[in-house]
Amino acid sequence: MKTGSVIVLAAATAVVAGGLSYYFARSTTRAATHPAPAPIAAAGAFTPPPDSAMPNDDFGKMVRLGQQIFEHTGAYAPQYSGNALSCTNCHIDNGRVAHSAPLWAAYVSYPAYRSKNKHVNTFQERMQGCFRFSMNGKAPPLGDSVLVALESYAYWLATGAPVNTPIAGRNYPKLPKPAQAPDYARGEKVFAAQCAVCHGADGQGQRAGGAQVFPPLWGPESFNWGAGMGDVDKAAGFVKANMPLGLGNTLSDQDAWDVALFVDGHERPQDPRFTGSVEETRKKHHDSDMSMYGRTVNGVLLGQHSVPAGGSTRSGSARR
Amino acid sequence: MACLVPAAAAAQAGSAATIVAQGNGHGAPACISCHGPQLAGNPVGGIPRIAGLSAEYIQAQLDALASGARRNAIMLPVASSLSAAERQALAAYISTLRVPAPVAAAPDSAPPPATPAQMKLGARLASRGDWSRQLPGCDQCHGPGGVGVGSAFPPLAGQSALYLTTQLDAWKQGTRPGGPLDLMAALVKRMTDADIAAVAAYYAAQPPTPAAAGRSRP
Repeated sequence: MKTGSVIVLAAATAVVAGGLSYYFARSTTRAATHPAPAPIAAAGAFTPPPDSAMPNDDFGKMVRLGQQIFEHTGAYAPQYSGNALSCTNCHIDNGRVAHSAPLWAAYVSYPAYRSKNKHVNTFQERMQGCFRFSMNGKAPPLGDSVLVALESYAYWLATGAPVNTPIAGRNYPKLPKPAQAPDYARGEKVFAAQCAVCHGADGQGQRAGGAQVFPPLWGPESFNWGAGMGDVDKAAGFVKANMPLGLGNTLSDQDAWDVALFVDGHERPQDPRFTGSVEETRKKHHDSDMSMYGRTVNGVLLGQHSVPAGGSTRSGSARR
Repeated sequence: MACLVPAAAAAQAGSAATIVAQGNGHGAPACISCHGPQLAGNPVGGIPRIAGLSAEYIQAQLDALASGARRNAIMLPVASSLSAAERQALAAYISTLRVPAPVAAAPDSAPPPATPAQMKLGARLASRGDWSRQLPGCDQCHGPGGVGVGSAFPPLAGQSALYLTTQLDAWKQGTRPGGPLDLMAALVKRMTDADIAAVAAYYAAQPPTPAAAGRSRP
């Protein structure tokens, strides 16, 4: 859901860190085609069936495989997964939790038109985008068993949910504009106080017992520049509702905005749609107040030093 | 420790090793007298394994035990008999010790074994938690099988059920500091006594070394 922003930045590189001032300095009408955000209240939210209700038949096997792929993506879909993340990192509790872009809400919302690629996407095509951008990998072909398994799991989670109807808890909450424009330096302080204990002072997460326990938030093992989490508003909504893990909705909106800008203000793998020019790629795909791509932070033009998109799927070599 | 010249570092390690084996001569007894010769703890007394825990964690606990912030009648006089420098040296030294195998309780003093239903609940809470009450899985911070993660999240695997239960109860009663972000103080309030008994039984049965747990990427 790339915003169809009405603001055209005169020169992307002229916008500096501490930014988003364009967005916050004037009242912008966000593209009217976007559905209204779900209410933050969890009361009355849809409840997916418990894992114990998974059927014990061939369909149930596919549902279980989908859940395993969702929870340990690098282990169960290594051919399509290019970084150290798993689906469940951004869709808490294996896609069950409301306001954490739950899988059941996504399932009943497709097929849908997406401004990101300007056509109607099926649910499988939507998940291809997750692999290409958020997983910094390769899109599994439509009908591939990885997509069939994930679709089966999502379909099963959505048991009893209304189709093609706005459903509470979908996506991440849309936060109101903060009192002050999001700020990198303030975000850095929030990060040190609230996030670093798990994600590390360097944001690279932590591993233990052969597993990635806390995910890297930027750098070559994180999501690439084309991922939705790279939009500061989406990241702020995710952080507000879900972070620190187990302490969701404890940060102020301002802190969530600030730390989201800080996290998204770091270098990460290149946008797979990179044209060869950061400025041109920004114009084509990041012409949004919410993207830090192509902006200069701490003297570095973000996107300029990105490692190529695709991560470990590029060489085809097994990683770690 | 990087600021110390090698000889001084060795002397400090020496004195920490001496305190572990013999005490410090002015009030702090030998660590091994309660925590065992390999500092593997003792399941009967609910005495934790401390060998191989992170230096930051050990020091934070010794400091909190000394100040009384972590309330423990046995460790208060011990920790407060250690100087700040001794606590720091002990934490650094003990963190380098090999992780010992858990000590089995003698048959006549072993607690009643956990029921299969308890183990199932414990395993579920450990890996997935219960998000209907905002409770993350313990493994989500303490690592797969509770092997511990980094300096802030200590291993749970192989600690005795009695020790784990006592600590969760202490957070519930506010007699132990909540740790980073006060997380444990917040999370334990969402756990029932049955949850606490179940996760304690589950982790007590897990192998304490990382090599025996977890999943590698292929």
